[in-house]
Amino acid sequence: MSNKTDSNLYTILFAIAMVVVVGGLLAFTASALKPRINNNERLEKQQNILYAMGVNANDESSAIFVSTDEAPELFSKYITKQLVIQGKNVTEDKEAYLIDVKKEQTSAKAGNARRLPLFVGVKDGKTYYIAPIRGKGLWDAIWGYIALDKNMVVQGAYFDHKGETAGLGANIKQRFFMDDFIGEDLMNNGEFKGITVAKGNNDPKNIEKNDNEVDAIAGATITGDGVSAMLKSELKQYVSYFKTLK
Amino acid sequence: MGLLSKKDAALIKDPLADNNPITIQVLGICSALAITAELEAAIVMSVSVLFVLGIGNVVISLMRNIIPSKIRIIVQLIVVAALVIIVDQVLKAFAYELSKTLSVFVGLIITNCIIMGRFEAFALGNGAWRSFLDGIGNALGYGVILIIVAFFRELLGAGTLLGFKVLGDPIEKTGVYAFGYENNGFMIMPPMALIVVGIIIWVQRTRNKALIED
Repeated sequence: MSNKTDSNLYTILFAIAMVVVVGGLLAFTASALKPRINNNERLEKQQNILYAMGVNANDESSAIFVSTDEAPELFSKYITKQLVIQGKNVTEDKEAYLIDVKKEQTSAKAGNARRLPLFVGVKDGKTYYIAPIRGKGLWDAIWGYIALDKNMVVQGAYFDHKGETAGLGANIKQRFFMDDFIGEDLMNNGEFKGITVAKGNNDPKNIEKNDNEVDAIAGATITGDGVSAMLKSELKQYVSYFKTLK
Repeated sequence: MGLLSKKDAALIKDPLADNNPITIQVLGICSALAITAELEAAIVMSVSVLFVLGIGNVVISLMRNIIPSKIRIIVQLIVVAALVIIVDQVLKAFAYELSKTLSVFVGLIITNCIIMGRFEAFALGNGAWRSFLDGIGNALGYGVILIIVAFFRELLGAGTLLGFKVLGDPIEKTGVYAFGYENNGFMIMPPMALIVVGIIIWVQRTRNKALIED
């Protein structure tokens, strides 16, 4: 038996068969499940956007989305307009929330004008402008949705990540971190400044709202820096649009 | 143990103590460092490894007579990678929330040396049922250490367990923090996982001198 499995021919045939079988199996699973997965991702985007503008099922301490069953209905109820900003052109697009921010970033690097989605939501008579953002953490991508008022003061924030360290960087999607952003001003004396995730700002309870800083997470320096950089580079591109709102 | 013969039962019991994969076989140390900063992650990882190692061991055991020995490591790697990716895709389609929690661990499971280690050391030379028991036993032994380490790291490092503030609020200064207690921030850093594992190894070898190598 061992003679048979040791021969070169057998080894090569086995390897070929293995690749075909496993490759086929993976391709089959991926394509069979794709529609379901895409639908789940679409619902998640809706949940994220609603979360940022305060439409969520949060309890005292944890972040909880509205259910996937309710998401489409609530999304069309609360999100009144979806805009695509491209330079000075602002157009409405009902599917703007499906714009892939990662693809837009790549195409912008290649010199194309970037399409910036912005979602306008109204809740209890108050208008929210929600922007999707994307950047780099320590290990992989981080992204989020920031709800702003027309003066670019943060009204709500949602962050997520692909593979930040559990218990450290992964905590950017915890309430204690995300809620700190609420009320922070992205502007400083009329100039865009962003919000820095700062160590040693001596404000752990985050009472100071005009300092353009929130308290960092211990042990998550690089993820925190990634959040600062992402907020700065992404939201800066919306400034000219927000100036037209005044 | 009426259900299992004495030899089979040992396959489950030994890895929990005297043949623990982390503290004795020194397998799976990397993930013991990476994901023990909080208890929840450790539990999720333990369950995932239990699942993958149990099934993977059976698959490899069933294939053991047809795998060419020259490329057996590659074959093992492909089996575990395919298994993990298929599970990940199925979860993404049918249990999206759960898959979000697990996605971080997918890469960690494929490269986890405990899985390759058990394929190589056990499943290649034993029948499917015994391999299954070995997989379950080792995954449990791995999980026990992970959970112990994570328990202490989360409790002493962040003052929480499974996210609940069991020691009070460090910012509002309630609970034990009112008496001047502070969280030890160093506990949530990766090096402390090594030190906690070291203490477990020390305790284990003090209790059972037979484990001490010369």
